[in-house]
Amino acid sequence: MLAYFIRRIFSVIVMLLVISLVTFGIFFLFPKMIGTDPALYFVGKQSDPIAIEGIRQKMGLDDPILVQFGKFVVGLVAGRTYANGPDVTQCAAPCFGYSFKTEQEVWPLLLDWLPVTLSLALGAVVLWVIGGVATGVISALKRGTVLDRSAMGIALAGVSLPIYFTGMLVIAVFSDQLGWFGRPDATFAEDPGRWFNGMILPWVSLAFLYAAMYARLTRATMLEVLNEDYIRTARAKGLTEPVVIGKHAMRSTMTPILTVLGLDLGALMGGAVLTEYTFSLHGLGYSAVRAISEHDLPVILGITLISAFFVVAANLIVDLMYAVIDPRVRLS
Amino acid sequence: MTESTKTGALNQPFTGTSSAPSTAFLEVRDLKVHFPTEDGLVKSVDGLSFTLEKGKTLGIVGESGSGKSVTSLGIMGLHRVGQYGRQRARLSGEIWLDGKELLSADEDEVRRLRGREIAMIFQDPLSAMHPYFTVGKQIAEAYRVHNKVDKKTARKRAVELLDRVGIPEPHKRVDSYPHEFSGGMRQRAMIAMALVNNPELLIADEPTTALDVTVQAQILDLIRDLQKEFGSAVIMITHDLGVVAEMADELLVMYGGRCVERGTAEKVFYEPRHPYTWGLLGSMPRIDREQTERLIPVKGSPPSLINIPSGCAFNPRCPYADVPKGNVTRTVRPELTAPDDAGQDGSRHWSACHMSQEERTRIWTEEIAPKL
Repeated sequence: MLAYFIRRIFSVIVMLLVISLVTFGIFFLFPKMIGTDPALYFVGKQSDPIAIEGIRQKMGLDDPILVQFGKFVVGLVAGRTYANGPDVTQCAAPCFGYSFKTEQEVWPLLLDWLPVTLSLALGAVVLWVIGGVATGVISALKRGTVLDRSAMGIALAGVSLPIYFTGMLVIAVFSDQLGWFGRPDATFAEDPGRWFNGMILPWVSLAFLYAAMYARLTRATMLEVLNEDYIRTARAKGLTEPVVIGKHAMRSTMTPILTVLGLDLGALMGGAVLTEYTFSLHGLGYSAVRAISEHDLPVILGITLISAFFVVAANLIVDLMYAVIDPRVRLS
Repeated sequence: MTESTKTGALNQPFTGTSSAPSTAFLEVRDLKVHFPTEDGLVKSVDGLSFTLEKGKTLGIVGESGSGKSVTSLGIMGLHRVGQYGRQRARLSGEIWLDGKELLSADEDEVRRLRGREIAMIFQDPLSAMHPYFTVGKQIAEAYRVHNKVDKKTARKRAVELLDRVGIPEPHKRVDSYPHEFSGGMRQRAMIAMALVNNPELLIADEPTTALDVTVQAQILDLIRDLQKEFGSAVIMITHDLGVVAEMADELLVMYGGRCVERGTAEKVFYEPRHPYTWGLLGSMPRIDREQTERLIPVKGSPPSLINIPSGCAFNPRCPYADVPKGNVTRTVRPELTAPDDAGQDGSRHWSACHMSQEERTRIWTEEIAPKL
């Protein structure tokens, strides 16, 4: 078990390294491919050649790509000192480098954006798990009834409607017309009440999309589980229906749902691009889009790595959870 | 439709004119289990009657789809909750257990009987036990539904039962998961679960089908011993006449959702009266048979239960379909009859065949028996 765990952690690290190498390669080769000099991004187009050369020296942009990557990885772990003669800049670990655009360190920027994305993802996950699973279970138990059909109809709509549509719709109706909810324009630290009120629409819009998928998944799994022999056994023991469904059937139904949930949550923590953009939430997703449009490569690289980290970590957690949920699974 | 079978006679003890409370321990009267489907009405069980006393074993024999398992689920009242297949079953008839009619009883009353007075052993213990709960928890749960005891007491009871059904180191194995048991051990655990409340009626649905032959005999012995100990009535459902031959007091042979032959095990086994029973006996491998002799399979396949042929359901597969049957109308279904030959204990030997009894006795003694 411990050996397995260590092996998995090790493979996570290797995977992150590979992901960063690939990303690093793509993003730092990109300027060369389109014939620009990365140093130009730092200094602006009007700068004199001496300044450009200075930046190139300082950032190590002339080194071979693998050397640059090596320095980048070391910087992540131990911090990094950029120096060009007397011009020295200290970048503390984890050092993701500097934004081309604002010349700020990337890591503090990420730390600014991350809470926005996390609060969006975690708030939505609570809503969609409760809503989706409950809908799915009720639909399965009432299979074929009007209730089931309408729930699944709404779920189908939920799966098909893109977030920029539902998002715009709820903003137009509940924010602009009815004025029930505000826009997300305050952080939690500034004004918790205002923050919460502003987050409700993003949460609901994002959760609706996922709840729809989870309702369908839950319904299908529950129907399958209800046909299992051990459910018949549970009933044959004389257990009441709430126990049969709530304990015996739910236990099995939750396994695939938790798997998908772990992966979805991992992916979402790397940024819910469309939701963040629709609601102007300055989280990782929103910032990634902006960084891409501004060719801000260090920022893109930072966000990519953070996202990859969440996905890989979620995968690991899901695998470990399996062993807890399903006693038949042996970790080895 | 579903509602009418479920609650129609809720407030009356029984409906219909022929119904008088049964004095037998278990009496099934004209049980019908029908499933409405898109293709038509599937008559899984179509008019089944039998009685069973405490301490006795009834063997129900038939091939897949003859209605034997559906019968047991009907007795358990499991048709009320959940679904078999896509549609809810429609049941009619009467099931009397210990003076109570079960089909008209309300669901909660039947639920309280399930697992306490009527318990069931299922065919495949691996799929019949929940993979995520320990064996001990599953047994203890069955005990705690019907007894107000704390977890510790229930666990002790589970260990006790595991010990009784012959599981070594029960205090350790109680915490094992079903997949950590061997097939035979799992079936023992299943039996422990069924017996945890000392049920008066035990239904074993193909309890040995999923097991190795060597383990089969052990499990059958165990069920027999436990029956003696607990004095329960046992319904043993199987497609294998060999399994019930020595265990059952009475045998009931089902074909196409109906009983085609019923009598004491001895009579049915040694003087079978229905061509289908002959077929079952002929298809049984026996060690004392010459190796050069082939098994005699029952030709053809079981009837579709949607369109059961009019007349005798076995007719299309019956090797004696062409034997002249006097002035019998072929499209009439043969009824169960018993010649006036009650045994010493008053038991009678029923069969449903258009051929005369004399003709069948002749065919059995002259043509079939010598080949077996």
